[in-house]
Amino acid sequence: MALLRPSLPPGELFGALAEFATPAELYHACEGVRDAGYTRWDAHTPFPVHGLERAMGLKASRLPWISLVLGLGGAATGMGLQGWVSTIAYPLVISGKPFFSWPAFVPVTFELGVLGGALGAVFGMFALNQLPTFHHPLFSSKRFERASDDGFFISIESWDPQFDPHGTADLLRRLGAKEVELVES
Amino acid sequence: MNDPGHHSAPSHSRPAVLHATSLWLPAGHSWRRLPVIGLALAVVGLGGSLALGLADEAARRQLWHSWLVGSLFVLSIALGGLFFVLVHHATQAGWSVVVRRIAENVMATLPFLALLFVPLLFGMGDLFHWSHAEAVKQDHLLAQKQPYLNVTFFLIRTAAYFVIWSALAFWFGRLSRLQDATGDHELTRRMRRTSAPGLLLFALTVTFFAFDWLMSLDPHWYSTIFGLYFFAGSTMGFFAFLALVVIAGRRTGLLSEVTNDEHQHDIGKLLFAFVSFWAYMAFSQYMLIWYANLPEETGFFAQRMAGSWRTASIVLALGHFIVPFFFLLPRTVKRNAVALAAASLWLLAMHLLDLYWLVMPNLHPAGMAPSLLDAAAVLGSCGVFLAAFGFVLRRQALVPLRDPRLPESLTFENV
Repeated sequence: MALLRPSLPPGELFGALAEFATPAELYHACEGVRDAGYTRWDAHTPFPVHGLERAMGLKASRLPWISLVLGLGGAATGMGLQGWVSTIAYPLVISGKPFFSWPAFVPVTFELGVLGGALGAVFGMFALNQLPTFHHPLFSSKRFERASDDGFFISIESWDPQFDPHGTADLLRRLGAKEVELVES
Repeated sequence: MNDPGHHSAPSHSRPAVLHATSLWLPAGHSWRRLPVIGLALAVVGLGGSLALGLADEAARRQLWHSWLVGSLFVLSIALGGLFFVLVHHATQAGWSVVVRRIAENVMATLPFLALLFVPLLFGMGDLFHWSHAEAVKQDHLLAQKQPYLNVTFFLIRTAAYFVIWSALAFWFGRLSRLQDATGDHELTRRMRRTSAPGLLLFALTVTFFAFDWLMSLDPHWYSTIFGLYFFAGSTMGFFAFLALVVIAGRRTGLLSEVTNDEHQHDIGKLLFAFVSFWAYMAFSQYMLIWYANLPEETGFFAQRMAGSWRTASIVLALGHFIVPFFFLLPRTVKRNAVALAAASLWLLAMHLLDLYWLVMPNLHPAGMAPSLLDAAAVLGSCGVFLAAFGFVLRRQALVPLRDPRLPESLTFENV
């Protein structure tokens, strides 16, 4: 995880950026890049394209596991803190109940569990996406600004074992790219 | 072939034309025999119940309690169907159009299920302690509750519940069928406008129905959250049933063109949500009573912590919440037909245990006492429900054919 600085390929060259005219062309190009065996690459679209994760061959996200672990951790903290306070640190008799009255601890346990799960989902998502990132080499491409408007892009990073400046650019053109450019780090 | 050219285009292959076999129950399909099978079950189950139960007084008391559990089981599922249709219209849901007709068929059983409660009126003396005038005379609390808990008002209320539910089911079913014929979009708006007052009526009638037919079995006890508790379990039962119908339908080639893993996934999510919601209600009820520790409230749980009822309580906590919660948590389980069907069957069994746990400690305070009458009544009630469900299933298309949001539902995809 890199806070503020994304993990980038070493060297002068960041990678190749290809623009496609339509989501359909991008979708099929992603299948082509996936089948060519590339692993360090990404697709950029102005809106979600259904099924693109399958076309890209993305594995299931690890985010649910982060959320689950932090959620269970929050719940354990809630029950543990109340149990410790009530039995060891400050044992007080409250309305004639036993020291470890677990039903009374459930609301806080539940709330901390939800809090942990929610924080895990949000900040885990930030971490997996390498956010916040204030600058990225792709921003040096003028064309890439359209990724938030009407442009559909594939970027292949130079540290991919399959990467070769000419071969990769050729592949992207063969897959129907409107424009291909090499982006510097 | 995939066509991601449109924003909401499906990535699954989907036929451009839907075949009649996925829109109507085809001739010779096994589900066409549901009314006959259901009626046979009903005759055997309910006839057997009456034959066994009217032998002597102890058997008679068992008969009405078992009959109540069986009737509540199917009624609660039908009420869940009514709730789903009302919420579907109130929220202008898009994804659920393809399964709405199944829910409409479930809620259409409500007038038939009213028939199950008619014999119970003869068992009121055995079920409801407060219905005896001499008991009320000796009990100050019951005397105070007399203006509400008396036989005449009880009968009026029960009639009102079933009239309101049947009227809602009839109204929404009729407009939906009318749209199949005319394709009029104004009907969608009319159903939407009616759904909000319908939900209000639903909430009030279900709450008071649960107070009358379940809570008043123990007339000294009261819990203001009880209506929600009954509603939560009922709606969970409905979603389990809906999941089973969709999965079985896809297996038999019935709904395979209109429903897919995406719809099954969403039904699984709602099932999961109501598993959690039931636990939330159940624990809220328990914790407030446990914490306040007032004798007039704790009796309910004290009774269910005695003898083998304690085991039933623990099984409910684990089997109705903890185990299904973690089982249904992963996305892959909800998208797997076998896993979701197994969870649905399990949860229907747990819902039945929940109702048994609510009713039976009043008859057998010492501990669980399973009886042949329990099985017979459940079988017979399910028979009535399946017969009515199968009957309306045959009469109309399996999906709302000309709902304006049907295309949206067909191409629905979880992101």
